[in-house]
Amino acid sequence: MPNIRLVIASDQLAVRQALAQLLSAPLLGQHTDDLRGRAEIVLAEVLNNIVEHAYADCAGEITLELSEEPAGIACRICDNGSAMPGLVLPEGQLAAHDPDDLPEGGFGWFLIRTLTQDLCYARQGRINELRFRLPETETS
Amino acid sequence: MQLTAHESAGLLLVEVMEDRIDAAGAIQFKDSMRELAARGSGRVMLDMSRVAFLDSSGLGAVVAVMKLLGPDRKLELAGLTPTVEKVFRLTRMDSVFTIHASVPEDLRHAG
Repeated sequence: MPNIRLVIASDQLAVRQALAQLLSAPLLGQHTDDLRGRAEIVLAEVLNNIVEHAYADCAGEITLELSEEPAGIACRICDNGSAMPGLVLPEGQLAAHDPDDLPEGGFGWFLIRTLTQDLCYARQGRINELRFRLPETETS
Repeated sequence: MQLTAHESAGLLLVEVMEDRIDAAGAIQFKDSMRELAARGSGRVMLDMSRVAFLDSSGLGAVVAVMKLLGPDRKLELAGLTPTVEKVFRLTRMDSVFTIHASVPEDLRHAG
């Protein structure tokens, strides 16, 4: 059983509200500011990606489950939106910083990949399932 | 998106009065900055000390503001809080901007 289960609507303000709720919940409240900061970055990127891409053409719900584990916080996030293109997660490589043409995007999956462990994606029927762990200390 | 701007001695100091620049506010931030930047022609310093959180959309908006200022105007950042600093460091955008620990004292009370 997860320690926290939260179902939210797929919009940016619901994401903002969910992050505030999660960060003040006992599960995250007992961790360091550093882990809470990393959790907010990763969860914001994952949830906003779902709002902007999986639910680009329709509204829907996002289910978050967070559990305490010895190695950190295990997260499972599901939605009923469109599948990941090719059924794989974006590589999330940081673009080269050309000073004359700096990137304004493409940071999201880089941040998710950098700050999580055991990241995996599955398409289960009509459901997207993303699992990962937020480690106790930053490993990057 | 509430921003407070003071202009003095060729520097536009913009204080972000919000606690986050995220996906829900990034476009508004960019639009408000575009309006403010049109007033001056010199350096722009963004006081981020009230901003506890910035996501990739917020980061993209800060980069977009730097680009809209053009090559002759610098965008400097001041007062990055720990999570915001982490996003800049991980994405190596900390090497692109001049970052001050806090707004220099002689600018703080200017305007």
